[in-house]
Amino acid sequence: MQQTILTYDGTFNGFLTCIFSCFEQHIKHPIITPNQNFENELFGTPELVITEKKKAERVWKGLNQYLGTAGQNMIYRTFLSELHGIENIMLNVINYTFSAKKNILTDYSDNDVLTLSKTAQKVNREKHRMEAFVRFQLTKDGIYFANVSPDFNVLPLIKTHFTNRYADQKWIIYDLKRHYGLFYDLNSTETITINFDSNTPKKELFTTEEAAYETLWKTYFKSTNIEERVNMALHIKHVPKRYWKYLSEKYL
Amino acid sequence: MSFERIREKLNILADAAKYDVSCASSGSNRKNTNKGLGNATSMGICHTYTQDGRCVSLLKLLLTNYCIFDCAYCVTRKSNDIKRAAFKVQEVVDLTVNFYRRNYIEGLFLSSGIFKSADYTMERLVAVAKKLRLEENFNGYIHLKSIPGASDALMREAGLYADRLSVNIEIPTKSGLKALAPDKNHSDFIKPMEKVKNEIIQYKSEKKIIKSTPKYAPAGQSTQMIVGASGENDMQIMYTSNQLYKKFNLKRVYYSGYIPISYDKRLPVIGTEVPVLRENRLYQTDWLLRFYGFDIRELLNKSTPNLDLDIDPKLSWALRNLQLFPVDVNKADKMLLARVPGLGMLSVNKILNARRFRALNWDHLKTIGVKLNRARYFITCNSKDFETKDYTAAQLKNVIVNSSNSKYKTAFTGQLTLF
Repeated sequence: MQQTILTYDGTFNGFLTCIFSCFEQHIKHPIITPNQNFENELFGTPELVITEKKKAERVWKGLNQYLGTAGQNMIYRTFLSELHGIENIMLNVINYTFSAKKNILTDYSDNDVLTLSKTAQKVNREKHRMEAFVRFQLTKDGIYFANVSPDFNVLPLIKTHFTNRYADQKWIIYDLKRHYGLFYDLNSTETITINFDSNTPKKELFTTEEAAYETLWKTYFKSTNIEERVNMALHIKHVPKRYWKYLSEKYL
Repeated sequence: MSFERIREKLNILADAAKYDVSCASSGSNRKNTNKGLGNATSMGICHTYTQDGRCVSLLKLLLTNYCIFDCAYCVTRKSNDIKRAAFKVQEVVDLTVNFYRRNYIEGLFLSSGIFKSADYTMERLVAVAKKLRLEENFNGYIHLKSIPGASDALMREAGLYADRLSVNIEIPTKSGLKALAPDKNHSDFIKPMEKVKNEIIQYKSEKKIIKSTPKYAPAGQSTQMIVGASGENDMQIMYTSNQLYKKFNLKRVYYSGYIPISYDKRLPVIGTEVPVLRENRLYQTDWLLRFYGFDIRELLNKSTPNLDLDIDPKLSWALRNLQLFPVDVNKADKMLLARVPGLGMLSVNKILNARRFRALNWDHLKTIGVKLNRARYFITCNSKDFETKDYTAAQLKNVIVNSSNSKYKTAFTGQLTLF
């Protein structure tokens, strides 16, 4: 028998609709993959699942019944990892949940559950890193602007943190990898996309005060270091090199 | 005031403040009120790390490094020939707010040398915190130093604006203090600690009755001790620390390996290596006391006054108490599991959860993340395989040390091959 391949639009609701289809049509061992990732090298015929909010909500509600909000959170965070093949790990865990009819997310001796829990943990860590490593620069329009390119799609997860914290200033956090950003306009935080004009030099975008504070920050970073205790291995473990390009204290 | 001048001050006064280890921004849960600036998250955030691997969470500054005291271990002692500077209140406020708005920091850690008098100094520290809270509507984290000898009224005000207050003991023993800081008394440090503890208790109990009672130092208080400056052993340090936790409900005691900064004959000479490994073992002991249910007397006592440097304190305790092992991971209770070398609290919780689904075997334990190279000599699980050799403590220590890859290993084997 040929293996069924389900493709979806890449959204979380789309993924949940796939799960719904699996249960509805008794599809046993499908491959679930976002349609933009789908390459024809796979054997079998792909079937596009059209996202239906109602179906997605039914699956989501069913999960809540056994896993609670904390469990739902774990599932959602795992999804945001966007890792290749993560959908099938999630499908296995969801199958296990509905057949066991209880919360099985603490069954760490099950391989799929353990993978899911580790992935959720990785996404969590990336979320926390973004809360730490975002560096705003004040533009001439009075907006605090930051570029990021996180390993996982964590913008939806950091939205609340930044909205609560910087309530009295306009800000944008822009994900260069996924081409969208968050914009807070003093009232609410919305998703935006920007077409960057790469020809504008940096000096024209940001205030002069901005350069001064960056220098002060670098000064502080340098003088708070204790030479006698330098431990670069530990430093790099905490601040991995792939994040350096967005950290003003680490610019060369 | 010119930018260059601010930069120079920042350079001097951040450099002078760096010996304060504490950079915690956790434990407070201050909300952002009235669309103001900032909040404090209960878990804290490290915004970057210095090259020495320490977390940078707060803008850590001295208000000034002028000081009327002459404590031998301190870099800002009055007899030391260094550049001096002082910030104005508004300058610190501006730096804090502007750094905070750019997401560089979680808040401010403000300490100071003592100029003129304790009250005069404390007043200025409080003025910074007050201005941040009332004028800038700043809800980020503020950590203030309690200046020994400041008046009660000032201390009370400080606690209302700050999230955490701290006073550094610095020298763990009274005799050490007498030798290195003759101007200071042990009770100078104890009094403000006692005061803050009582205020916290009082405000908490009032809050139960009247909900609008403000929070007093919601992230509690902490202190710091210098390790390796005045010749105490680990037992003296940890017993002092244990007492501080018990007596003053401290949130944290920090241990700071002494960095030689003086040619004073009473202190280790310049160039002596910073005792980072010893510091690490002290922190491990501290954690065992606070989270793993150990009593200090089990870890350090008259027959073992110092911690082993080559193995961690839990492993050395286990080697002294081999008769308690092995334990069955599928049956043992939480506190017993926590005592197994190689099992951290994360692994313990995972085991407790996972074993409700099925009895765990070695493979399960390995994938969960248990450090089996140490743990396997102390546990049994759902498997016919288990360590059957009857090792003595010394043999077992040898086996474990040789099979593990401690980053400090070279430090020990290196010494051996020399001879």
